Amino acid sequence: MATLSASRAGTDHYLGAIERAERDRAHEPAWLRDVRRRAADAFGRMGVPTTRDEEWRATNVAPIADTPFEPAPLATVSPDEASRFLVPGLAGPVLVFVNGRYAAELSAPGAPAAGLTVSTIGDAVERDPEFLAPWLARHSDSSVHPFAALNTALFEDGALVTVTDNTVADLPVQLVFLSTVTPSPAISAPRALVVLGRNSQAKLVETFGSLGPARGFTTAVTEVVVGDGSVVEHCRLQCESDSAFHVGHTAFHLGRSSRSSSHAFAFGGRISRHDAVAVLGDEGADCTLNGLYLAGGDQLIDNHTDIDHATPHGTSHELYKGILGGRARGVFNGRIRVRPDAQKTDAKQTNKALLLSDEAQVNTKPQLEIFANDVRCTHGATVGQLNQDALFYLRARGIGLDDARSLLVRAFAADVTSRVAIEPVRAELDRLLAARLPALLGEEAPR
Amino acid sequence: MNGVNVAMLEIKGLHASVGGKEILKGIDLAVGAGEVHAVMGPNGSGKSTLAGVLAGRSEYEVTAGSVTYRGRDLLDLDPEERAREGLFLAFQYPVEIPGVNNAYFLKAALNAARKHRGEPEIDAVGFMALIRGKMALLDMDQALMNRPVNDGFSGGEKKRNEIFQMAVLEPALAILDETDSGLDIDALKIVANGVNALRSPDRSAIVVTHYQRLLDYIVPDFVHVLSDGRIVRSGGKDLALELEDKGYGWLEAEAQPA
Repeated sequence: MATLSASRAGTDHYLGAIERAERDRAHEPAWLRDVRRRAADAFGRMGVPTTRDEEWRATNVAPIADTPFEPAPLATVSPDEASRFLVPGLAGPVLVFVNGRYAAELSAPGAPAAGLTVSTIGDAVERDPEFLAPWLARHSDSSVHPFAALNTALFEDGALVTVTDNTVADLPVQLVFLSTVTPSPAISAPRALVVLGRNSQAKLVETFGSLGPARGFTTAVTEVVVGDGSVVEHCRLQCESDSAFHVGHTAFHLGRSSRSSSHAFAFGGRISRHDAVAVLGDEGADCTLNGLYLAGGDQLIDNHTDIDHATPHGTSHELYKGILGGRARGVFNGRIRVRPDAQKTDAKQTNKALLLSDEAQVNTKPQLEIFANDVRCTHGATVGQLNQDALFYLRARGIGLDDARSLLVRAFAADVTSRVAIEPVRAELDRLLAARLPALLGEEAPR
Repeated sequence: MNGVNVAMLEIKGLHASVGGKEILKGIDLAVGAGEVHAVMGPNGSGKSTLAGVLAGRSEYEVTAGSVTYRGRDLLDLDPEERAREGLFLAFQYPVEIPGVNNAYFLKAALNAARKHRGEPEIDAVGFMALIRGKMALLDMDQALMNRPVNDGFSGGEKKRNEIFQMAVLEPALAILDETDSGLDIDALKIVANGVNALRSPDRSAIVVTHYQRLLDYIVPDFVHVLSDGRIVRSGGKDLALELEDKGYGWLEAEAQPA
């Protein structure tokens, strides 16, 4: 059982790192140390998953178990380097983290505006730890998500965004998590906690990037608590290096008649996994989880979504699309749970993959667990290649083969990007796609 | 051939098959500059295959023969090169392309041809001015320009969009593949108007149709009848009327090899 022992050794390696990190946690309140302890225990129990774990069946993270990633060293990043990861034209507070640590010199949290506070978890631990207690690590479930548990046990700092009741925060808050190239393989554990009170609004843009060809491992957790009647718009841009390992976990908890709209974009990573988890915790909540991923070469990009309709009259909408070239692999697993009480639930899930090469492949699985009888749940999945009739139509009008393919692929992607409400993010996505598509299309150009 | 009366298109002994089945069994057709030729024939006679071969559809395999377009070997060109050289196919079934804006698409098509001819690309302002007049000609709803290409268009809107594109691109040789099918008489007149507006001594058209009706409005110089992959009869515009009276049966019977 080579795989099992490799995984065990990997798990033990990370438990050792957690134990060493605990020495620096004496200043933390008892509840937080307890949360971390329980997360460490859960991680120790679950370990680095193998493909025998149902949730990881299609995604082999053996390289994460086999590589002795050590907590990333302190590093400095120049403002010029960091600015490449800011979304141009996006006014608003900016927090930058380098290898999981707050980089004050690169950040612009802004003066605390009425109702909106943008600061760090580390700062709150120092000044007002009891504020964090009801929220931090309460919605990222360490008992079933091994990497969320690893992050909870390891994270050094993180972003803290709070919006008080009846506050409309117009300007998007931008959180940038950067990884540097390190002499030996390094792990970083970026974290974010976003808490919206009642009847509030906020916009949030998270970017995960690598400086150079970083081969590090990022295990990220973001928790978003949406209070009764509040509305949040969230974008997640994962554009790390193609040799990086990225496991992200985003947990939404929705209050009564609240609304969350989230768009997750995954472009980078040798292996990239994102779990988007939403709990509709009170009646009438509305949840959107959309995503777009682009994978070429030997990349593997995995998206797991898990929407828990725990209460009646909830609606959820999911649209995930993937574009795969080279020998890339995509994985989509969309779980929708409808609890016995959650009558009048309306859930819709759509998943589409576009294969640009013969060797690219995708595993897609809807997972509907419905325990209420008066509900509407629909799901659909398609996997296909570029539409040959559309391609010929464009060429018959004089548009060259390469341009025609690019036009059709961008149209496929625009189905997701056009739904992003924050205009500068849409423009940035167009730029990122324009930069990445030629290589993806060039990997297999039938002439 | 002297330099004055240059043929627009010359098809010689053209054979083509789809999936191993021979559809075109030796087509000979010459289209001079300024001429409008109607190609008629019953379903399955090879009309749409001929149109598809000329436009460069890859599923049609040319097994014999030649096609010369303005002095060049047409079959040697990619579909986009044919289009940039002024060949236009109005599709029998225009393709819906969700996510690609109609105006953006048409501007890209126009600029591809202009670039090919060594002309500067047209800018957004110039393009809007150009299409405004053409839209009036085709009685096109402005809103269609901002929709995805043919996406959610009615059958008539799709056909009109084809002729609108043709009007903007101003091709040297237009091939209309059953553009009349599914059109009511008002739409038919509008489409015919669009085609007639392009008629000039240096433009030609091949009008593929099953019915004579369209030819009341686009009056052809020549009519050819296709049957079982061959042209079995050619004549003037009166041949179309004769077909309307008698149907295709008598020609098919005549065409049977002895």
